[in-house]
Amino acid sequence: MAAEDLALRGFEYIRRRAFDWVADVGRVAMLLGDVCRFLVPGLRSMRLVVAQMEAIGVGSLWLVFVISLFTGAVAAVQAAYQFSNVVPLKYIGSVILRSVIIELGPVLTALVVGGRVGASIAAELGTMSVTEQIDALRAMAINPVRYLVVPRVVAAIIMMPVLTIFADAIAVFGGYVVSVTSIGVSTHTYVSALKQYFYYKDLFSGLLKAGFFGGIIGLMGCYHGFSTEGGAEGVGQATTRAVVAACVLVLISDYVLANVLFRFIFAS
Amino acid sequence: MIRIRELSKRLGSKQVLKDCDLDIESGETIVVLGPSGTGKSVLLKHIIGLMHPDLGSIEIEGENIVGMSEREINQVRKRFGMLFQGSALFDSMTVGENVGLSLREHTRMTDAEIARRVSERLEWVGLKDVEGMKPASLSGGMRKRAGLARAIAMDPQFILYDEPTTGLDPIMSDVINQLIRDLQRRMGVTSIVVTHDLISAYHVADRLAMLHGGKIVFSGTPDQVRATTDPMVRQFIEGSSTGPIQPV
Ligand SMILES: Nc1ncnc2c1ncn2[C@@H]1O[C@H](COP(=O)(O)OP(=O)(O)OP(=O)(O)O)[C@@H](O)[C@H]1O
Ligand SMILES: [Mg+2]
Repeated sequence: MAAEDLALRGFEYIRRRAFDWVADVGRVAMLLGDVCRFLVPGLRSMRLVVAQMEAIGVGSLWLVFVISLFTGAVAAVQAAYQFSNVVPLKYIGSVILRSVIIELGPVLTALVVGGRVGASIAAELGTMSVTEQIDALRAMAINPVRYLVVPRVVAAIIMMPVLTIFADAIAVFGGYVVSVTSIGVSTHTYVSALKQYFYYKDLFSGLLKAGFFGGIIGLMGCYHGFSTEGGAEGVGQATTRAVVAACVLVLISDYVLANVLFRFIFAS
Repeated sequence: MIRIRELSKRLGSKQVLKDCDLDIESGETIVVLGPSGTGKSVLLKHIIGLMHPDLGSIEIEGENIVGMSEREINQVRKRFGMLFQGSALFDSMTVGENVGLSLREHTRMTDAEIARRVSERLEWVGLKDVEGMKPASLSGGMRKRAGLARAIAMDPQFILYDEPTTGLDPIMSDVINQLIRDLQRRMGVTSIVVTHDLISAYHVADRLAMLHGGKIVFSGTPDQVRATTDPMVRQFIEGSSTGPIQPV
């Protein structure tokens, strides 16, 4: 086969993917617009939001607990290693605290919740799509965005910061356990470092990011669920796409938000 | 009345509907027959605005729903009930919640009133004490009937039935046929029934229409159908694999 031919096919492939991508972005923007439009009517059925908050929040607690505990523990071990002969170990609490509440807590929680909740939303709505349940809702004059999407996106936006606070606390505790038991830092030293270097703006930034990530996860789950086609296989693919999209977007937006928050808003 | 004019719809590479014309008078029950895969379900989905045609118009009592915004069309949909071919029950809800959903969303009825209406409608379709069950634990025929109960919960003026008796035993089929007749007689409901069940078709129909090749190729009263010499209709009602309709 001629190299030209191959190049042409490669070009065609890239062109098609680029078009698909632009179309996806446009449709997500439209869904987001609809979510804003139906936000108020959607919130009137509070019981739907509460049900989703329970599914998202309570269901994720155990997973977030385990991940956070070990994240804090690893942060302590790594900090001790990198500090050796450079920084006094009495600062270990502050390094763990700040890296956890600014970065590790929100991002790791988002990745875990993105995997779990993004997948379950996409699978549920995807199954509803392919079994005509979404059509049935529309035929009953019930707007699916109001009835299905708004409660899920809002619940994710509310629950992510809550889970993140929980994750922050557990991670700091995990770091404490390791610091005290195997690094040789006293409880008093660890806690006073925590107190000395705790800033509200760090916590605020972390929780703001968490809420933002929650929105991304909810929206990606719903978008890929709604665009599911073709039976069980389609549901599987939609689920995968939702999780991948959520995780990638969480990391990209984390970078953008880090710039906005720490180089402009809280720059000092 | 419902007036469909020159309705055309292409799905994928297939021209499913092509210049399809059909009139349904108010208070009439029309049965749409046709080979599998010919576009009967697609036609119903156009009438309730779930699919948008490429060309043509659908007038519901003088209002063309083609090109309406979702908000406007929802006002029209509130007068409709639809039974889906695959029932399309919400599997995260109980049967009772399924049947009561539109009452909860669109009316100010209290929970007690909704519960009463739900059990009444379930009784109409021959179901008892299933309110608390999930659709997954019903049989296929029970699901169909629960879907029917959901379709008639709001006392709709128009009902679209997609194969209401498929998967039901002969006795239960007759119960459903009676129900379709009763709804028409007592409440003046206008109905479109898609079915392959000819016993049911003759029982409920004021008029039968046959959809083939994207259009209505025949329409007449049950007596006219029995007497017709139209080869396509004859082949269909006699159930023969040879004739103008090619089973591909
Ligand atoms: N969403 C869709 N995308 C692509 N093609 C579709 C879609 N829905 C239906 N079709 C095609 O349209 C045609 C008509 O489908 P439809 O479901 O209306 O058939 P039907 O007359 O109801 O058949 P049956 O009696 O078996 O229910 C079929 O060829 C089907 O493949
Ligand atoms: Mg069909």
